[in-house]
Amino acid sequence: MNRFVRRMAWRETRGSRRRLLLLTGAVAAGVAALVAVNSFAANLRESVTQQAQTLLGADLSISSRREFTPRVTALLDTLVAPDPARGRAPGRKATVVSFAAMGYVDRTEGVRLVQVAGVEPGYPFYGTIRTDPDGAWSELQEGGRVLVDPSLLTALDAAIGDTLALGESRFVISATVLSQPGNVAVAASFSPRVFIAAADLAATRLLRFGSRVEYEAFLELADPDRATAISEKYRPILRPERAGIRSVEENRSDLTEALTQLSDYLGLVALIALLLGGMGVASAVHVFIRQKLDTIAVLRCLGAGTRQLFAIYLLQALAMGALGSVIGAGLGGALQQVLPLMLADLLPVDVRVRLDPGAVALGIGVGIWVAAVFALLPLLGIRRVSPLVTLRRDVEPLRRRRRDPARLLAALALAGSIGALAVLQAGGLREGAGFAAGTGAAVLLLWLASLGLIRGVRRWFPSRWPYVWRQGLANLYRPANQTVTVVLSLGFGAFLLSTLFLVQHNLLRDLRVWGEGGQPNLGFIDIQPDQREGVLELLRAEGIASPTAVPMIPMRISSVKGEPVVLGLPGGSGAADGGGAADGAANSAEDDRRDDPDADDAPDDPDARPRWAFRHQYRSTYRDTIVDSETVVVGAWWDGPMPDAAGPVDVSLEVDIARELDVTVGDEIVWDVQGLRVASRVANLREVDWARFEPNFFAVFRGGVLDRAPQFFVTLVRVEDPAARGLLQRRAAERYPNVSSLDLSSLQRLLDDILSRVALAVRFMAGFSLATGAVVLVGAIATTRFQRVREAVLLKTLGATRRQVLRVFFAEYAALGLLSAGMAVALSGAAGWVLSRFVFETSYALPWLALAALLGAIVLLTVGIGLGNSLDILRRTPLDVLRSD
Amino acid sequence: MLRCEELTQTYRSGGHPLTVLKDITFALEDGSFLAIVGPSGSGKTTLLGLLAGLDLPASGRVWLDGADLTVMTEDERALVRSAKIGFVFQSFQLIPTLTARENVQVPLELRGEPSRSRADELLGQVGLGDRLDHYPAQLSGGEQQRVALARAFSVRPRILFADEPTGNLDARTGRTIIDLILELNEAEGTTLVLVTHDPDIASRARRTIRLSDGRIAEDRTAA
Repeated sequence: MNRFVRRMAWRETRGSRRRLLLLTGAVAAGVAALVAVNSFAANLRESVTQQAQTLLGADLSISSRREFTPRVTALLDTLVAPDPARGRAPGRKATVVSFAAMGYVDRTEGVRLVQVAGVEPGYPFYGTIRTDPDGAWSELQEGGRVLVDPSLLTALDAAIGDTLALGESRFVISATVLSQPGNVAVAASFSPRVFIAAADLAATRLLRFGSRVEYEAFLELADPDRATAISEKYRPILRPERAGIRSVEENRSDLTEALTQLSDYLGLVALIALLLGGMGVASAVHVFIRQKLDTIAVLRCLGAGTRQLFAIYLLQALAMGALGSVIGAGLGGALQQVLPLMLADLLPVDVRVRLDPGAVALGIGVGIWVAAVFALLPLLGIRRVSPLVTLRRDVEPLRRRRRDPARLLAALALAGSIGALAVLQAGGLREGAGFAAGTGAAVLLLWLASLGLIRGVRRWFPSRWPYVWRQGLANLYRPANQTVTVVLSLGFGAFLLSTLFLVQHNLLRDLRVWGEGGQPNLGFIDIQPDQREGVLELLRAEGIASPTAVPMIPMRISSVKGEPVVLGLPGGSGAADGGGAADGAANSAEDDRRDDPDADDAPDDPDARPRWAFRHQYRSTYRDTIVDSETVVVGAWWDGPMPDAAGPVDVSLEVDIARELDVTVGDEIVWDVQGLRVASRVANLREVDWARFEPNFFAVFRGGVLDRAPQFFVTLVRVEDPAARGLLQRRAAERYPNVSSLDLSSLQRLLDDILSRVALAVRFMAGFSLATGAVVLVGAIATTRFQRVREAVLLKTLGATRRQVLRVFFAEYAALGLLSAGMAVALSGAAGWVLSRFVFETSYALPWLALAALLGAIVLLTVGIGLGNSLDILRRTPLDVLRSD
Repeated sequence: MLRCEELTQTYRSGGHPLTVLKDITFALEDGSFLAIVGPSGSGKTTLLGLLAGLDLPASGRVWLDGADLTVMTEDERALVRSAKIGFVFQSFQLIPTLTARENVQVPLELRGEPSRSRADELLGQVGLGDRLDHYPAQLSGGEQQRVALARAFSVRPRILFADEPTGNLDARTGRTIIDLILELNEAEGTTLVLVTHDPDIASRARRTIRLSDGRIAEDRTAA
């Protein structure tokens, strides 16, 4: 690049440096967000890799939902057995048995559902479990003591030294567990973990039928490098035994994958901020070039070629992009400290915050690239500036060629870059394309809306309005107006924020509904048949009118339409796509898919869900009435119990699970009920509103056949007074230690907390989009400043007061803000509905008041920024401006 | 040096073609001084633009130093301008973001020549040796036009085109500017094409072409 270009590029920034700095601001916010997210993601991956062994605590783990079968036990023994023939030393093994139970402290009368872990000596083989007081973990095996999560002490109002009752045993709380690798802190507050020695388990007498127990054997291998090979070799063998196997490496890659998804989504939000910045660059360059027409024409007269002119202004854009990117990278480094703080409790690893050089380099590179590629199209306008402008003002621009290859190329480069960035940041072609399409659609709608506004104001100009309003509105379509840019940038930021807000609001609203209007707020599960009457009696004694217990029968599918479900093989013929039914069913006692050891397929495996439908352990019920949360959509509900116990029993399936199993009314399903085969015929399909705290089921059987099958009971009641709820839970726990109870209000608080944390992180990133929008707005105002000053002065010369001039500006910004915010809120209403309806499957309602507040805030922001930047225009005297002209 | 043949220019005005120049043909020798005169709207400035290669004619040709400007691309003409042509405009056309010195430097830098001392020398010649670092907005109209002159002569052009160079100046300043142009013209041996409607200035030219309604009404060479 020659010296002339470099020099001109630098000198040509004189007088517009403030304006150009705004360009850097637009790029900086996006780059900051990108660097923060990407660096955070790199830190996460690194932490997971470094802590991989500690996270599992062993080289290999084998887990199952029921006691290990003899084959599994034999395999475990083989794996740790010494092999003198190959000179192999013995490995070690420790089993951890976990299940939910009620824990209570007599002294404080506190009661709480806890996750009990009975630990064999040796676990964990890697890493340490830190306790307070220190070293308590090694004394756990001496028996009679329990280590608890700190949150349990708070919940029970207990202290170290207190006695915790678990089932029929009493334990001394000897310490709190400060950190257990691989454990997510939020999960611990869901049901706090308590650790006891495996030897103490039997005495609690909690391991009874119906208890949801997980057995996990941790292995330290003589040769740790063989872990993954062993895991892959034995997985098919273990599957029919209903056991899953994981090596350190597999655990690490699963974790990494899950965490990458989280950071990918945050990254996309950051990318939006950057693209908005790009839009700001494009509009600023466009206006900048317009103002430089004279200079460009003179330079042409003096013999400057198109390439040189193009290079001068491209260089400026690049320099601004580079400056903005570097500033952004610095900012991003600072912001990166914040993200782990917001997400810490949701992450299974301690994230070591370190600015990742790769993320910084990528951020700066992407920032410069975005600035350049967005500047290209407006810069091409340079080619059409005629040198004749020097001689006469009214020269038409040079003719535009019909098929202009340069324009086409620039447009392709822009579209290609956006697509490539989306794919890069989304971490997948499909996700990237989806993102690009979604963003494109939103941008297109906002763009159309702003064009519509310009046209509309022009077409139906309110010519009877007072002068200042007319003048303000006329500014929306004057030459070199910034209406489109401002609406796009502000509108997009607002759209993102509003959508997030709506989704979160609706998710939380569903939770709130649970506890309201007489719906149950306290649940008792795992009630054994011989305890049923006793529990109901207890409830009645507490003044609850006619409580009912719903039976639950654990079962699996044995065959569908005569085709046996083969364990270890992908289940089922042509199972449909996974349009999930029960994502909202966190309440359902039978929703245990998330930690189903059988389903340890890769999370994004498209076959995983149908397979899950076939292999899932169902907890079904039988009854002859339909409940409020259900609607029959295909077939008809039955009338009374089965008249004849010989044939297949009628079953009602939830409509989505039926789709995944590819069955409909009339099809036959054979169930394995505790080893007994029960044939059934699908009698009808139901839609279920999972978002209610009621015992909902995928499969409901007609009465009369399963009544004598092994079963347990669940009952849900409503108790208004929180203290009374606590008392009731404790009474039940004392009398029936194996019966777990769940207080809905604490569950609600927790979900609220989790959602808020995730939403906070996402909203934080979305805030960057709005910030960029604000910067672009400031830039848009600054770029038209010259024109505004002249106009304001002209108005004042013609006798307008400052107040009137101010009102002209106010009218313009108010209209811009209203349109941006209005479009954003309307679009987000639609997007929120789509997300709630199809992704989260919650019901949907618009919080009008909050939306109105959001709308008002954005209008205020627009007007505030607009007027704030116009104030000094008012201070200029007419003579000032006319003289300098 | 400069030759044009049957130059015709039409613009579209309100959807109708409007002929502003019709069949202009003449030739100009090296080192001569031509004044193009005529009433407003007679096509003076249009002719100047075509002669300098700033615009393309509807028909006809222009040769500068034997090269046909009308078959060149915009960038090729830019190269010709950079090598051979200087401009002075009615509204000065200095680049507002550059100082006086930097404005003069631009044509030199475009050619990749050392520029600073030459710029200072020229600005000294036009009497602005003490205002090198002033921006156009800090200079009076006459001073700005002197900077423009220094810029025009900085690369020793073969030909100088001046469009009403005194049009925005008072009479006295205007005379100084014309004196300067002629002085420089004399010193450098530059061909001069000047558009004006000031009869005093026109009278100083060796040759005068009077335009009327886009045609040559009179082509007079002083004895």
